[in-house]
Amino acid sequence: MSIVVDIVLFTLLGATGFALLKVRNLFAVVMLAGIYSLLSAGLFTAMDAVDVAFTEAAVGAGISTVLFLGALALAGHHENRPGHTPLLPLVVVVVTGGALVYGTMDMPGFGHPENPVHHHVADHYLEESYDEIGIPNVVTSVLASYRGYDTMGETTVVFAAAVGVLLLLSGARRSGSRASPQGKGGGR
Amino acid sequence: MREEVVVRVGAKILVPFIIMFALYVHFHGDYSPGGGFQAGVILAAAFVLLALVYGLEAVQRVLPPWFTRMCAALGVLIFAGVGVVTMLLGHNYLGYNALAPDPTHPEHGQHYGILLVELGVLVTVFGVMVTVFYLFAGRGRENS
Amino acid sequence: MSLDLFVSHYNYWVVIFLMMVGFYILISRGNLIKKIVGLNVFQTAVFMLYISMGKISGGTPPILVDPKGEGKGHGGAETVGEAAAEIVYSNPLPHVLILTAIVVGIATTSVGLALAVRIKEAYGTMEEDEINRIEAETEAGE
Repeated sequence: MSIVVDIVLFTLLGATGFALLKVRNLFAVVMLAGIYSLLSAGLFTAMDAVDVAFTEAAVGAGISTVLFLGALALAGHHENRPGHTPLLPLVVVVVTGGALVYGTMDMPGFGHPENPVHHHVADHYLEESYDEIGIPNVVTSVLASYRGYDTMGETTVVFAAAVGVLLLLSGARRSGSRASPQGKGGGR
Repeated sequence: MREEVVVRVGAKILVPFIIMFALYVHFHGDYSPGGGFQAGVILAAAFVLLALVYGLEAVQRVLPPWFTRMCAALGVLIFAGVGVVTMLLGHNYLGYNALAPDPTHPEHGQHYGILLVELGVLVTVFGVMVTVFYLFAGRGRENS
Repeated sequence: MSLDLFVSHYNYWVVIFLMMVGFYILISRGNLIKKIVGLNVFQTAVFMLYISMGKISGGTPPILVDPKGEGKGHGGAETVGEAAAEIVYSNPLPHVLILTAIVVGIATTSVGLALAVRIKEAYGTMEEDEINRIEAETEAGE
């Protein structure tokens, strides 16, 4: 049953991805990206990653759409027709995709309990974490305790990103500086 | 959206529940899906909703930009501070066992440690999301 | 080659298709916002690859059911405790990695969008080829 849900959701995702390619109105693109995020959140739920689904639904479909719309309001939503023929990118993409598909042939099948990913540390987390940490949600205990350094690094990255946006967008806006030598140094 | 009565009243009713839900997600994160990251984003979404409906100025009166910037830094400080505190107590950096009130049950310290660290994550993510939203939404208004 | 291989690898192949869609948007479109959307599509595809690898068929989310084994203590609830011992949990490790990656992803996306907005303000356009043309003209003028 769950494999059917998987396949349906993946097919819908593929269709959304294709639509993203074709649509040139950037508002529609942003909305499709929101749909894409929401579908992938559904897929994460079907694959038991409830925490991840939660985050993806809140971040990808919520905040991210708002930020994209904010950027579009500032930057305009018209996309030009691509000038050159898309042949070279297509070749690059097909070759890369073919190599990756060839690589998956050696991957263990989806969902088998004997796959190498599920051993080493994962066993330890599932069996020992309640005695060592004492909370039922294994994801939280791994996130905050076993991999606390990792999470601290991620928090710092998020903070650094905010500093970057602050530096980029909090300065006074220059108007009419287009193509003038001063305009090039607009970052200051 | 100044005249849309339904949207304005609806947003006003929803926002306390969104904030409540964010706090639930945060403090119940040990037992159910959730935690600091999700709670921070949901909390930020409450204020984004207010800003979309009532305008940026109204929200910035409640939640000034300097406060959200401070939040973004404060969360990292809380997280790193927990590590320093455990180190001062004679354990490893981020070794939460040091925080146990009763040394015979060191695993109880993990609860406090995780709660504090997740609080740091919540504060940072909330601060960062609202700061970034303010910057995008407020850009281009300062001249007008 | 059989239906078996298809079912057990369908996930990976669709993930690769989505990755390549994102990659194609990234390299073939000139608009900066569209490029960032493409990058996001690529990123989400990578998340799906990780989560696919963490899934165990018939597994449940990695939130321990009855971790203390309390079910055995109460009369009549013995089966609950026994059932809990046989529950298969999906692998929590990819979930943790991706959980943090999503939030970092939105943070970096916002930096990218901020850069795009600044470029639009400086050049009056977000199209790559027009920016190149303006740059070339400025250099020729100097």
